[in-house]
Amino acid sequence: MAYALQQLINGISLGMIYGLIAVGYTMVYGIIGMINFAHGDVFMIGAFTALITIVLLLSGGMMEGPGAILLVLLVSMSVTALYGWTVERLAYRPLRGSFRLAPLISAIGMSILLQNYVQVSQGARVKPLEPIVRGGFEVMREGGFVVQLSTIQIMIVSITLSVLAVFTWLVTRTPLGRAMRACEQDRKMAALLGVDTDRTISLTFVIGAALAAVAGSLYLIRYGVIDFYIGFLVGVKAFTAAVLGGIGSLPGAVLGGLLIGLIETFWSAYFSVQYKDVAAFAVLVMVLIFMPTGLLGRQEVEKV
Amino acid sequence: MRVAAALRDAAITGLVAAGLFLPLVALRTDVSPSGALFIRTRWSDAAILIALAVVGRFALVLWLGRKIPVASTESAWWEEPLRRAGKFFTPVLLLVAVALPWLPGTGRYELDLGILVLTYVMLGWGLNIVVGLAGLLDLGYVAFYAVGAYSYALLAQYFGLSFWLCLPLAGILAAFWGVLLGFPVLRLRGDYLAIVTLAFGEIIRVVLINWASFTGGPNGIGGIPRPSFFGLPFSMGGEAGSFAHTFGLEPSPLHRVVFLYYLILGLALLTNWVSIRLRRQPLGRAWEALREDETACRALGINITTTKLTAFALGAMFAGVAGSFFATRQGFISPESFTFIESAIILAIVVLGGMGSQIGIALAALIMIGGFEVFRGLEEWRMLVFGIAMVVIMVLRPRGLVSSRTPTVALGERRAISGALVGEGRG
Amino acid sequence: MSQAAILSVEAVTMRFGGLTAVNAVSFAAERGAITAIIGPNGAGKTTLFNCITGFYRPSEGAITLHHEGRDTALHRLAGHKIARAGVARTFQNIRLFQGMTALENLLVAQHNRLMAATGFGIGAVLGLSRYPAAERDAIDRARHWLEMTALLDRADDPAGSLPYGAQRRLEIARAMCTEPALLCLDEPAAGLNPRESEALSALLRSIRDGGCSLLLIEHDMSVVMGISDRIVVLDHGAKIADAAPAVIRADARVIAAYLGEGDEE
Repeated sequence: MAYALQQLINGISLGMIYGLIAVGYTMVYGIIGMINFAHGDVFMIGAFTALITIVLLLSGGMMEGPGAILLVLLVSMSVTALYGWTVERLAYRPLRGSFRLAPLISAIGMSILLQNYVQVSQGARVKPLEPIVRGGFEVMREGGFVVQLSTIQIMIVSITLSVLAVFTWLVTRTPLGRAMRACEQDRKMAALLGVDTDRTISLTFVIGAALAAVAGSLYLIRYGVIDFYIGFLVGVKAFTAAVLGGIGSLPGAVLGGLLIGLIETFWSAYFSVQYKDVAAFAVLVMVLIFMPTGLLGRQEVEKV
Repeated sequence: MRVAAALRDAAITGLVAAGLFLPLVALRTDVSPSGALFIRTRWSDAAILIALAVVGRFALVLWLGRKIPVASTESAWWEEPLRRAGKFFTPVLLLVAVALPWLPGTGRYELDLGILVLTYVMLGWGLNIVVGLAGLLDLGYVAFYAVGAYSYALLAQYFGLSFWLCLPLAGILAAFWGVLLGFPVLRLRGDYLAIVTLAFGEIIRVVLINWASFTGGPNGIGGIPRPSFFGLPFSMGGEAGSFAHTFGLEPSPLHRVVFLYYLILGLALLTNWVSIRLRRQPLGRAWEALREDETACRALGINITTTKLTAFALGAMFAGVAGSFFATRQGFISPESFTFIESAIILAIVVLGGMGSQIGIALAALIMIGGFEVFRGLEEWRMLVFGIAMVVIMVLRPRGLVSSRTPTVALGERRAISGALVGEGRG
Repeated sequence: MSQAAILSVEAVTMRFGGLTAVNAVSFAAERGAITAIIGPNGAGKTTLFNCITGFYRPSEGAITLHHEGRDTALHRLAGHKIARAGVARTFQNIRLFQGMTALENLLVAQHNRLMAATGFGIGAVLGLSRYPAAERDAIDRARHWLEMTALLDRADDPAGSLPYGAQRRLEIARAMCTEPALLCLDEPAAGLNPRESEALSALLRSIRDGGCSLLLIEHDMSVVMGISDRIVVLDHGAKIADAAPAVIRADARVIAAYLGEGDEE
């Protein structure tokens, strides 16, 4: 029981990270109908920017308190958002309205580019970071097993929830959100009605990248090791989460992220750690086969 | 006017580039001997990159104006000559391929490179059946390559089966896996199929790594039997019954390489022959029709699932055969050879070649794998260049080198069909 | 139903969620005749049509094809088997294989027959003998329909480059190449000019005279009244009339449905 509770806590905090990334996939898919294959690597860029900021702050002796973490998040978000914007501008915008395969291949190329760019600029070695946030609570004790709720986990959940709250407000209550939803419904019509679709799409990428940067920073602080390759696997899992929740659905992405995080954690805890990635993929395959629209996705009626 | 615009754009680009490169290039995190991280600054590197971006943008705006480069799907200037020269160009290319081992200046290195290129040509032609003809986006093609390679290695290891028996067996096993995977997922729509195949490729790799008792795990399988000349071994000793002895030749390590070269050439040509023939048959036409419009196919009584499955299985089969060739050539295989990047390279060859064009794919494989070799000295920069090239090529020519399609049958003259009309499938 | 019927639709109902698009519609299409389904926008014509051609599965009711002495329950068949049973269709928004030539389009339509002749792909790769003859037959049939639709000179042009009217005709030719017992046309005259409409009427008549039964949805009343042997009128998902054109023209309910509600075309 205590063991399961601990897994639940771990699963939720991991799932939050997946959820943040999944929102980026789902937004882009919703608005331009493509899988932004490089999104996982944008997350990786976010983690690296956070790492650099933290190391800078540490060397200045200023890595103290919530203010420092907020600063790390802000720096990472702005730099990563710039990357997200550039990726869209260079690799996807010229292909707008072109064949469907072209942006996907371009995205795969972008993913390879970003990975190797970071490998060249930051080195191929794994970067270990000393724990930044320590401490936690003892939730319960059963036999010899202690259920821990660490400060980091509380931080992850509270930051994710507040970021998502801001994001929800942005999408549902602002003109930008309205423009985004209009583009999602019908891009041509939105353009005719005076929505600057290029700008809206750009902003979608910027927001998605900023969310991924939050995920990257939290991932770094929680797990303390990153390398240039983390984006691939985390990205695929986050995409799985987006599909699981129903691609195009924002609450679905968060829900899917939580589920994937839980599945992965419980699978590792009760079955086998080696095959935890297989579990996530197996879930993806199952969902697509039996529930192609996901949990909260819209049913599509074939028009003939 | 234009200079002013160029200056302004260049300035903005400079700002963006500074935002991009200053954190990640100028500030490099390194691990000190004590294990702690510290920052090493490299201002000059970042400055060079920013300057390049500024100058590049300035020149581009000055040269082309402010319009964004538009992806062109029209036939390029080289396509018509290439097509016209096709009758002449293809045999020449084939002749060069056949004659390569005997050309002056061809040594071990050139042959090895030739083998490598031809392996990718074969894989490209195999994947082309799935992606180019049937329009099914497969991001896990390397899984079938792995199935073929491990099939041969394991069959040879556990049952002592010969290469010539394993070659078709590996193909059949890979095709079987293709059907097994394809059956549940082929009704998914395009991008989903891509992700599921990608996931499948990763699952196979994770299993190969973790099922150590069977597959050797991350250490792979070594000592895979080398191929024989239809039963005659290529041994260095020159004893009776060896290839060199039987044909009265001086034993040489080159014999095997030349043999491998012709083997893969033969296999690649077989792939080509089968795809060209099938394309002119109802099955191949149904694949292309499926790529164009699935709904219409259904209304015409074409069984979409089985038609897709045949394409998927056939593509998988060729990958399996290529995989067992890879195993026998290397003598050693490990999961590292079957990563996602491998699938991406093969897919890039197909797309760059122009989906559906046999000659285009062969050229693309030659350019990409050859180019890869040229940049060998660049080490870790090589994949970076590869990624950049992939983006640039897609942005400029999303439909690849040869974007037009040749009809499979005609009452009169066969005229190429512009790529702008040709569909690319939903799957 | 009568021996003369090629298709009988019995009490077909189609619901989407809470919406009933087609409500217990029954009618029969006569063998060797042209039956038209008309009705104001939103009357459920296309939905009914999609049920008959297997793109939707009706919530209730039965659709039966009477062909070659057999009764086939279409509402139970998988999509592609409907065409094999002898029902061919065209689409409201033309669905040709744009990147393939007109001739290739017509060969794809003969896929099942050709596939059988190739020994399901394997024989053909090896160059076995039955295939070339089968392909010659297929090309002859294609040539026949290209001639019928006045497209012979465009045989080697990609379908996507043909003018709109020609694309409509090619789609009919393609459907006919499956040698159907019943040809279903979804607004074949949409977007055609009067001259083209007239040619289309002639083509449809000649198809009927060739022994194929036709079922069509159409908005163009001059086409419908000119060629139909029987007209079924739908309104709000229900059948309100089913008679010969002359009778329909005078039917008060039909007139009310078209004129009385202000949502007509």
